[in-house]
Amino acid sequence: RKQLGRYFVYMASLLRRRGSPVWQLKTWRTSAVSAHKHPRSPTVIPRASYADVSQESTSRSVYGGRHIVTLIPGDGIGPELAASVKEVFSYANVPVDFEEILVSGLISKGNKKTLERAVNSLQRNGVGIKGVIRTQLDDVDSLSLNMLLRTELDLFANVVRCRSIPGIKTRHDSVDIVIIRENTEGEYSRLEHEIVPGVVESLKIVTRARSNMIAKFAFDYATTHHRKRVTAIHKANIMKMSDGLFLRQCEQVATLYPDIEFKSMIIDNCCMQLISNPRQFDVMVMPNLYGNILSNIGAGLVGGPGLCPGKNVGVECIVFEQGARHAAISKAFQNKANPTAMLLTSVDLLRHIGLTHHAQSIEAAIYKTISLSKVRTEDLGGTASTSQFVQAVIKHMEGVGA
Amino acid sequence: ENTEGEYSGIEHEVVDGVVQSIKLITRKASLRVAEFAFMYARANGRKNVTAAHKANIMRRADGLFLTCCDEVAAQYPDIKYNKVYLDTVCLQLVQDPTQYDVLVMPNLYGDIVSDLCAGLVGGLGLTPSGNIGADNVAIFEAVHGTAPDIAGQDKANPTALLLSGVMLLRHLNLTPYANNIERAIFRTIKEGKVLTRDLRGSAKCSEYTNEIIRNLT
Repeated sequence: RKQLGRYFVYMASLLRRRGSPVWQLKTWRTSAVSAHKHPRSPTVIPRASYADVSQESTSRSVYGGRHIVTLIPGDGIGPELAASVKEVFSYANVPVDFEEILVSGLISKGNKKTLERAVNSLQRNGVGIKGVIRTQLDDVDSLSLNMLLRTELDLFANVVRCRSIPGIKTRHDSVDIVIIRENTEGEYSRLEHEIVPGVVESLKIVTRARSNMIAKFAFDYATTHHRKRVTAIHKANIMKMSDGLFLRQCEQVATLYPDIEFKSMIIDNCCMQLISNPRQFDVMVMPNLYGNILSNIGAGLVGGPGLCPGKNVGVECIVFEQGARHAAISKAFQNKANPTAMLLTSVDLLRHIGLTHHAQSIEAAIYKTISLSKVRTEDLGGTASTSQFVQAVIKHMEGVGA
Repeated sequence: ENTEGEYSGIEHEVVDGVVQSIKLITRKASLRVAEFAFMYARANGRKNVTAAHKANIMRRADGLFLTCCDEVAAQYPDIKYNKVYLDTVCLQLVQDPTQYDVLVMPNLYGDIVSDLCAGLVGGLGLTPSGNIGADNVAIFEAVHGTAPDIAGQDKANPTALLLSGVMLLRHLNLTPYANNIERAIFRTIKEGKVLTRDLRGSAKCSEYTNEIIRNLT
């Protein structure tokens, strides 16, 4: 009964937050939130300025030219990767100060309070960078802290860029895929109950509003970044209502962007096509779980989870995070983790807050380290430690704070 | 697992614009599929069984599935058992699939991972499958579609259905026949002289089949 009660409260909040036809998005920007009615759809599609896509920075805490950015190192290899980012930033004299909040899933008490502090900090600063927080599986009712962060801040889109890095030999070269994944609902709604002993129901929630929002985000992203094709991934042949709703919203939004080619593909076929012919994919948009699977397959295609940057995008806040989210607890504190993904993620962060010169410098140094110096960490078949890799990147940075 | 999970087909529109789809996990079905996985591993000389799950997100549902796998694993101490997150499984399958042996998982994940693995070995034209029921009723089938565009033209690649037939023979304990046919198929493909169009050859379906027959001992 408690579960059912929670379920109805959740549904009511959905109605309040997402069900109403005219959706006024709170935005700190003074630019107008204009809504237009598409002739075929009965709902009003709000034309909101999504934090990332409009390319306006969400960074709010800028004092004397220095940005304050929230940093959540996370568990496992998170702290060492966060340290790598700080070291590179410090060498390059990047005008960013980190507000560090240690949210950890490995301690059992005080998590909720620290998470609240993290959420407040991110709401205040508008920009953050995080590692993966470990989820303990022993308590059935405890919730994933990563998920809580995303839903509290309403980070509705997760963007992962799987791009081949010159110098790293993989089966397919010139892969450049952007995976845009719905980040807050779908299979990750955390609504489950045991109806009778031995029978469990888990609810997958798909809403028209969120599907519309993620589809719009994907097409806006494709437009801003000059991409040619958006492919929607679904399983609507089996889940006719839920994935069917998602697919229909993608189709509707696609008609607003005649210059971008729209295709759709079923998830299992997509997995197969992705590993045999990844060049056919450009921007991909999908619900939550499929995004989890495809971002990992994409990471595997270009050389591993240590190479793909990502970000979680909300309207008022962006949290940058590695593309393939693995805490890698077993590899922690051995100085072996590959910091490339985290460093590339921090480069995206710098671009977002407008520090383009620093971003370009660090990115060039990373690419040079990998392709020219051939410094490789263990996951790429080499012997370099995390700190050796970072030192090599620092050596390659030209003229910035040197 | 072939009967429940995300494919239960239970969906409804709660309010306008909000759809819920129910994923059903039962102890009975999870125990059955775990039993089958371990029995299959033992019968076919397999060393590891890995359960793929998302219990960090679907705590109760995949948690129940994992509990059932744990219980069955305890009864098969000769088989190594481990649990890995689904996303890690997908990542590692792309990077190094040789580290996996037998994988057991709920319905949707199985659908996706089986197609992923089919892609790793050359596609749906080469992948056999079987559907096992209670009382040993079984249906073996190729997982590819009906391909209406090449139907009736002697162009199709019969390998998937042939290998499914091999699985059927093994299921009936006619192993020597199964091995003979499987060897002939592999030899034909390895020689590469007579291959169907999807395998970059130019032979017709009947020619390819005749070549396999020629390679039988």
